[in-house]
Amino acid sequence: MKLSFMTPILTFMVIAGVMFYALFYLDPKEIPSELLDKKAPSFALPAVPGYGDDLSSENLKEGKITLLNVFASWCVACLAEHPTLMELSRQGKIDIYGLNYKDKPEAAAKWLKRNGSPYKRTGMDLKGRVGIDFGVYGVPETFIMGPDGTILDKIIGPITEKDLKTRILPRLTGDAG
Amino acid sequence: MSFRLKRAKSLPIYATLLLFTIGFAGFANAVFVEERLADPVSEERARNISEGIRCLVCQNQSIMDSNAGLAKDLRGIVRERVLAGDSDDQVRQFLVSRYGDWVLLNPPFKMQTLVLWLAPFVVLIFGGFLMIRFLRRKSADQIGKPPSEPLSTAEMAELDKLIAEDDSKRGQP
Repeated sequence: MKLSFMTPILTFMVIAGVMFYALFYLDPKEIPSELLDKKAPSFALPAVPGYGDDLSSENLKEGKITLLNVFASWCVACLAEHPTLMELSRQGKIDIYGLNYKDKPEAAAKWLKRNGSPYKRTGMDLKGRVGIDFGVYGVPETFIMGPDGTILDKIIGPITEKDLKTRILPRLTGDAG
Repeated sequence: MSFRLKRAKSLPIYATLLLFTIGFAGFANAVFVEERLADPVSEERARNISEGIRCLVCQNQSIMDSNAGLAKDLRGIVRERVLAGDSDDQVRQFLVSRYGDWVLLNPPFKMQTLVLWLAPFVVLIFGGFLMIRFLRRKSADQIGKPPSEPLSTAEMAELDKLIAEDDSKRGQP
């Protein structure tokens, strides 16, 4: 067969296909979490003044699925997911804990006063050390915590409608407690 | 004349620029060094490790090159681990256990990265194989062919004439 002239064309098409996939379907900003299916690192943090009780790693192992949401008053994208969290909190299906990342206590309190607080507990990670233990590299990030304090999933960036439907809600229906 | 004048006028500007360049060259090395370790050997080690740690915010920069807040925190952590007496590998492992292999600018050699590391060699060997086969076939083709026909007498005469013409031209000054 004299089809060898097709070789460069086929090679090009394969490369183009791979690149097309990488360009539109892969997001280099989404770094898979190393901590998936591992226990949450232990920590204990004081609450944002006036907003819920203090937060420690013990609170993440109380036998139910919880959300650990990393937020900050300086984080613009956090506003985008805030209504979603407020709605989740209103429905009362899941406890949401707020990890206030590298923020000032007053600024965080002011932000929560203005936007409302979906958090049952909050913890101020003033220096970002707990964040680093959790592998946080941007805000917002949301960890879905298993009943025993295992990290089940991590949502990077604002929680979208799709994240809510495909990653958070399905876990709740399976979990009667 | 006017050109010279212009050049003379812009001389102070060049001098200023040059001064700035020299000034900042020294400065650039020290830009992202917040609190150095007291021991210069440890500090050197911490910096060497940091050079190989990816800044996760501004990807493809090392934390040594980046002024992102997270990069600053990570530099602090590297220094802290070095001070605590960790070996270079232990410091890296500390970060890898939190951020994954991605945090290393040099991907480690292991099962998942086998293709990444070996692909260039596979391509080289495969390409070399194809090249050799191609060249062999080509020379085999040449060997199989009868030698080309010698020139006929008419052609020889024509060639001699051309050479003689050329020589006579070249002989002239």
